[in-house]
Amino acid sequence: MSKRIVVDPITRIEGHLRIEVEVDEKNVIKDAWSSITLWRGIETILKGRDPRDAGLIVQRFCGVCTYVHYEASILACEDAFGVKPPPNARIARNLIASAQYLYDHVMHFYHLHGLDWVDIVSALKADPKKAVDMARGYSDNPFNCSATHYKAVQERLTKFVKSGRLGPFANAYWGNPSYKFPPEANLIILSHYLDALQVSKVGAQMMAILGGKNPHPQSLVVGGITSGMDLFDADRLGQYKFRFLELQKFIETAYLPDVLLAASYYKDEGLQGIGGGVKNYLSYGGFPLDDDWTKLLFPRGVVKNRDLAKPLELDETKITEEVTHAWYDAKDAQHPYEGRTEPQYTGYDKNGHLKGDEKYTWCKAPRYDNQPHEVGPLARMIVAYAQGHKEIKPLIDSTLKATGLPATVLFSTLGRTAARALETKYVADHTLGWVDELIGNIKKGDTRTWTRCDVPGKPAQGRGMTEPPRGALGHWVKIENGVISNYQAVVPSTWNCSPRDKAGLRGPYEESLIGTRLANVDQPLEIIRTIHSFDPCMACAVHIIDPKTNEIRKFKVA
Amino acid sequence: MAKGNISDYKKMIDSQYKDLLNHCQSHMEEVEKTLPETRENLHELLKERGITRRNFVIWTSAMTAALMLPPIFRPMVARAAENFSRIPVVWLHFAECTGCSEALLRSSYPNVDDILLETISLEYHETLMAASGDQAEKCLEDAIHHFKGKFICVIEGALPRGLNGQYLRLGPKGKTGIEIAKEVCKEAAACIAIGSCSAFGNIQAAKPNPTDAVSIKDAIGIPTVNIAGCPPNVVNFTGTLLHYIMFGGLPALDGLGRPIWAYGKRIHDYCERRPHYDASEYVNEWGDAGALKGWCLYKVGCKGPYTYANCGKVRFNDGISWPIMAGHGCIGCTEPGFWDTMAPLEKPLPDKSYNGREATVDNIGIALTGIAALGIAAHATATVLRHKDDDQATKQEVKHHE
Repeated sequence: MSKRIVVDPITRIEGHLRIEVEVDEKNVIKDAWSSITLWRGIETILKGRDPRDAGLIVQRFCGVCTYVHYEASILACEDAFGVKPPPNARIARNLIASAQYLYDHVMHFYHLHGLDWVDIVSALKADPKKAVDMARGYSDNPFNCSATHYKAVQERLTKFVKSGRLGPFANAYWGNPSYKFPPEANLIILSHYLDALQVSKVGAQMMAILGGKNPHPQSLVVGGITSGMDLFDADRLGQYKFRFLELQKFIETAYLPDVLLAASYYKDEGLQGIGGGVKNYLSYGGFPLDDDWTKLLFPRGVVKNRDLAKPLELDETKITEEVTHAWYDAKDAQHPYEGRTEPQYTGYDKNGHLKGDEKYTWCKAPRYDNQPHEVGPLARMIVAYAQGHKEIKPLIDSTLKATGLPATVLFSTLGRTAARALETKYVADHTLGWVDELIGNIKKGDTRTWTRCDVPGKPAQGRGMTEPPRGALGHWVKIENGVISNYQAVVPSTWNCSPRDKAGLRGPYEESLIGTRLANVDQPLEIIRTIHSFDPCMACAVHIIDPKTNEIRKFKVA
Repeated sequence: MAKGNISDYKKMIDSQYKDLLNHCQSHMEEVEKTLPETRENLHELLKERGITRRNFVIWTSAMTAALMLPPIFRPMVARAAENFSRIPVVWLHFAECTGCSEALLRSSYPNVDDILLETISLEYHETLMAASGDQAEKCLEDAIHHFKGKFICVIEGALPRGLNGQYLRLGPKGKTGIEIAKEVCKEAAACIAIGSCSAFGNIQAAKPNPTDAVSIKDAIGIPTVNIAGCPPNVVNFTGTLLHYIMFGGLPALDGLGRPIWAYGKRIHDYCERRPHYDASEYVNEWGDAGALKGWCLYKVGCKGPYTYANCGKVRFNDGISWPIMAGHGCIGCTEPGFWDTMAPLEKPLPDKSYNGREATVDNIGIALTGIAALGIAAHATATVLRHKDDDQATKQEVKHHE
């Protein structure tokens, strides 16, 4: 007899996500459905507005992936306006995006994902001295590592536990056999969990130096950037650099070693391919290294069926979305430029479960060449690896060698988490180069921060495609009479949280859960570990729809 | 103005503040008696982060002034900070982007506000909590049960009313956001709306408001304190909570539910570029010579003259910057309906279009001050404190039973 398990809310993500799975008598997941339970309709709101306002509006898709929608929208408008920002603006945008990568991935690993790997109650049993030895096995100079410090962390935690008010740590899955770390490893990562709270603030400040604030920076405009006074101020760039170095130190001496620690204790799950999911990977490419976007830090491309020997080129026209299993009414799959749908909410079944055979989510099903694709750090790393990228391939190979694991380990929950750590290092390795590039350009006497442009009088369309932390992001805008006539965003979490399509093919979250065994059927630990490895961001994923408004909206008399 | 000489007036004020101080003291004793023990020792944490006693004194002085209280309250602010972690907080997420939670996590560093927020007793917060699904729901139920009438409910996000609220369904039972808000808020000591979504509806409520999203106040008909902004400055949230701990009530609010101490002045009043406005030195287009000299952004759409907030004073991310410093105009994010009333964001508002009044920049501000001032009330009286009387009654009953 199969049994239905509902996990709602999935916590430690942005937004509202529900997962339902069916397990057999051995507690192995046989089927899965992912459902986004909130719809906000922001594309509808964009219609009729000045396209230059769109960036700040769409940034409110998400406060976790702050900045990225702002940038994608500005890029889409620049494409439609036919304008190219000057080099200073391009480089400054890379510097802001780098800040977003570095602190966001750190925060994800520790604060959103960490408690899926780390049993904090077990950390109380650790021997602080042994923990120091263990940490030194993974890094020459581990971050904030001393027996005294580890002991202080234990004392702080003990006080927490004794108070009987565990707050965010209450009712969790402590003691579940799916936790594999010894107490010392739990203590090391818990200690970094606390350190990371501080460190991610430094990253936010990096962004604010050039962006004005974080979350939701406010310094990009169509055609350039407004923070010229900060860009041309050596002291400000020094402030950026100083904070960057602090963050980089944490990445090198805490984040990467902790992921290697996870690789040694969770390698069996990785080798079994738990959490692997769909076998196709997609990257739009990101971080332009020149003004024409011909050279990119993350390459553009596709890998199908995990065939690392056959990297494919990206063909934008093959991107479509369809809604057979989503709460919208539309007939065929459509390219985002043409995307139009009206909500058709059908609710849950009589047991309060998702109607898995019908419509069951507010998330559309994006497809590339009619196939579901995973996007995000793992996709970026796999696409680059398959293309034989001259930096990324050696980075992955040397990590695999150090852990003694084969490349197939990448296709798993563990692989996804490790790919995120590796690309964090990769972005960090390039950030200071951009600061130097900026200074070099200014030295040449170039103080341009904006290219003059205006909203096109004739109908125009444009797209902005980029690679923010969570994966391939595309915004498509159509402009008529000087205002937005259609706007669609296909965001990373839409790709990954996609429901089934017409052909019944499951989306990446759903597919990744199949075959996973739950150690304790009442505790969804293995489910959330795999789902978190995608770094879900639901608020982003549910704005992509453009209803025929009259059907559903209730006008407020303004 | 009252007749009489200045010394009489001064005596009157002094005695009023004395009463307020007494009230504060007795309230704090009450807090220490009735609320759970502090989970973390603030002073140990401060020491660990290298914040000296002297820094702490400086911070309490600044916070006392920020809350518009005279210096005699400084020890009370310190005591409230020590008691910060006693207040149980339930943090709900509705139609939002989690930017406010992110702002909470990234306030500043290393700073007392920041460490205070670290000690906050989050009994329920979906972005941070370890438990999911049924176990998460249990956390919420437990918190409401254990801290009934004592916890502060912080709400991030608007509530969609369309489709009978079903644009947002949450939890194992698939309740609507509105159902959950009603259940939780009625048990809370006070409700704080953090961010412009829960305060005013914000982005999802912008025209044509496809999901009929509204503020918490409009959705379930309760009063809230509105920490407006997209996202708001976290200092404004910390100060409001401190005030609550000190006085058992929330601070004086303007007509839009915003604490006056933080939202009492316009961006334009605090603006570091104000002298350029006064000298008619404007940025005329992005990237021009004026832009690189830090001139006034009014002509490229700055809505500072219409916007009440202290951004220019406290700035963001440990005071490192704020939008106007980064060369972009204010978009008015602490004002209701700003996506519509302030648009297009890169153009000045035509003088006639604001609230139908014919006005220039400066007298618009004056007109708005008039509106805002309507709701002003004395410290600790204009509160959204609910159940206080009921609560005391129940407490006495409980004692009898014992």
